Amino acid sequence: MITGIGVTAPGGVGTKAFWDLLTAGRTATRPISLFDATGFRSRIAAECDFVAEHAGLSVAEQARLDRVSQFAVACMREAMADSSLDFGAPPPERIGVVMGSAVGCTMRLEEQYVRVSDSGRNWLADATKGSPALYEYLVPSSIAAEVARRCGAAGPVTLISTGCTSGIDAIGHAAQLISEGSADVMIAGAADAPISPITSACFDAIKATSPNNDDPRHASRPFDNRRDGFVLAEGAAVLVLEEAEAARRRGADIYGEIRGFAARANAFHMTGLRPDGREMAEAIAVAMGRARVNADDIGYVNAHGSGTRQNDRHETSAVKRSLGGHAYRVPMSSIKSMVGHSLGAIGAIEIAACALVLRHQAIPPTANLEVPDPECDLDYVPLTARELGVDVVLSVASGFGGFQSAMILARPAAARR
Amino acid sequence: MSARAAITGMGILAPNGIGNEAYWRATLTGRCGIAEITRFDASGYPSRLAGVINDFDPASYVPSRLIAQTDLWSQFALAATAMALDDAGVDPASVPEFTLGVVTASSSAGNEFGQREIQKLWSRGPQFVGAYQSIAWFYAASTGQISIRHGARGACCVLVSEQASGLDALGQARRAIRSEAQVVVSGGTEAPLSPYALVCQLASGQLSDSADPERCFLPFDASARGHVPGEGGAILIVEDAAAAAARGARIYAEILGYAAGFDPWPGSAHSPSLARTISVALADAGITPRDVDVVFADAAAVPALDRSEAAAIETVFGPHAVPVTAPKTMVGRLYAGGAPLDVAAAVLAIRDGVIPPTSGVGELADGCRIDLVRGVTRPARLRTALVIARGFGGFNAALLVRAAD
Repeated sequence: MITGIGVTAPGGVGTKAFWDLLTAGRTATRPISLFDATGFRSRIAAECDFVAEHAGLSVAEQARLDRVSQFAVACMREAMADSSLDFGAPPPERIGVVMGSAVGCTMRLEEQYVRVSDSGRNWLADATKGSPALYEYLVPSSIAAEVARRCGAAGPVTLISTGCTSGIDAIGHAAQLISEGSADVMIAGAADAPISPITSACFDAIKATSPNNDDPRHASRPFDNRRDGFVLAEGAAVLVLEEAEAARRRGADIYGEIRGFAARANAFHMTGLRPDGREMAEAIAVAMGRARVNADDIGYVNAHGSGTRQNDRHETSAVKRSLGGHAYRVPMSSIKSMVGHSLGAIGAIEIAACALVLRHQAIPPTANLEVPDPECDLDYVPLTARELGVDVVLSVASGFGGFQSAMILARPAAARR
Repeated sequence: MSARAAITGMGILAPNGIGNEAYWRATLTGRCGIAEITRFDASGYPSRLAGVINDFDPASYVPSRLIAQTDLWSQFALAATAMALDDAGVDPASVPEFTLGVVTASSSAGNEFGQREIQKLWSRGPQFVGAYQSIAWFYAASTGQISIRHGARGACCVLVSEQASGLDALGQARRAIRSEAQVVVSGGTEAPLSPYALVCQLASGQLSDSADPERCFLPFDASARGHVPGEGGAILIVEDAAAAAARGARIYAEILGYAAGFDPWPGSAHSPSLARTISVALADAGITPRDVDVVFADAAAVPALDRSEAAAIETVFGPHAVPVTAPKTMVGRLYAGGAPLDVAAAVLAIRDGVIPPTSGVGELADGCRIDLVRGVTRPARLRTALVIARGFGGFNAALLVRAAD
């Protein structure tokens, strides 16, 4: 059961600002301000207006923690407060943490590299010039450790790093730990803060990101025929998950339930996708089976919708293949059109959006979808949010390495129509 | 009754031996794979020793086009996977579609590749960063490449909890076998010996500054002064035991129990979680401490960590009650590759009825009331082994393997 949500997303920090942005259909993509992007092919991103002091991070925490860990800790605190759960009540060994991140502490790793290598002049880095926290930046497990220490978890703690499916996979893993009895309460989510020269250069090199530098607000256009790549983003989302009976017993305010999760791989190409969407369809079908829902039960599909031609067609095929005729009736949208693609984090941000869809009974639109790709012929909820009764939602993710994941969430039974 | 998870194949790449039998012979005879780092000029660093694999030729295992797209860490993983599948006699094409998964441990990922590209960026400009940086540097690169190379379309996962990741991955592989998979490629590798990665590791404050390869890594010893890093690891084939038996496969051992826990912040009122984590793993396996015949320790060789590990072992088993060993003193600490290598060593120890020694260690530190196997191998009837792994920052994991019936 999802009983708490914390979000740090572009366009406004906190869950409320996030939901306001989504339902208004506003976009948070803009010219990069986090570094001087002169000379880069893609100079736009979706950045968070994150103020560490406002998130309650001490001066020492700001100095030591990479931006990604700061996001994670801020979201954890918001989610814990939102859940109203007394984290001192369960035995610490029954509380666990699963965080996801695709690229970990890249910003500090790069910043420190510049320092110890004299801006790349020396292959032999200087051991005397680095931060005392340098090892924590090398290993992204530090993100999970920072969260675990602060929520008092002594149960299973880990980080999942499966590229762009990290966030959905982390939440799926956390739900599994509760259902198998390894924990009663899980802090689960994902964070990425990749807006740095090296990450931007990586995606420039394979032309994956949008070069639409002259019109950043309209650069992320999933399913639109004029799309030209994804817009790099940063952010985080953290959920509090509780064992169902315990959540009901304490009268928790429940957003929804994680009903089914499955992951598959295409074993095809590190970055390429076959247009038939077979493996994502298989993940969806298995997740539906685990959730014991039929295609007709699904009231909303949260698309991966990264805004690359191959993704949009792959995913459209996968949804048709798995949902049959219902694919043409069910609304499906991509929030990446508004908050960009924050790599591993976005999967968790999208699950947070799904929980808010169940709570508020409204569906965020696909912004910037003005000229539909004729190959993409489903209802992508262009431009404007819809109020709609929704009991069951599907969220999908697709990433480098060929990983495909799907999750089914449902409204708590008591709230259903 | 859920499916049982059997280990049917192993591919070991260690500083003291490439291949299962070469590693095992070296380990039983106390041959140390730790030496001066020569891959780059390490003379300016306070720690210059590491477990180094000198005779690894990626071209023997990995097609040349893949070598260009991957860091050494992924080449190790691809090589160890090929060895492990061969050892298991598994033909990936014969495994039903969507039931072959890849669940690996990862820690610092594509260090040398990443450093080279980041250097190009800062010394020459963003347009000089190569196309493969986006697929070679990140933590899931090895897993994706293994999946593609062997047609694994089942669930893939990458667990990251520093040295504990390897046991977390094998625990997750067992979950996959129980719920949906027939075969899971699991384990992990590490290639931590680039100049920048070494500088990062130095910041942990846990590296030994000794210049003596035989005495630089002395866990539980009165003169313990940290560990040295090492490269390599092991890939294990975890298989549904019934399916393995049906195809007449050799079963090395069964993954019988697993648990993970996390240590509280120093100074917290809560106690460290390792003893409890071991107890939960025993309960998960349905066995008692008396059933455990040998313990493969995490063995950080950092005095406070050695004391807390020895105390946890004593709490669960009693003082000097079970043989404890740490053959990683011959190879260094392999991070994501470390625990899978320890599990492989435990499996071979069970197979041969012999406990490999913790090389180099002399007198135990005060407070370490454990029966540490030192000096030479110890013959013993072994059925069940406990492997302990702890990750930097507070991660704990425990895994039990038992001889096949």
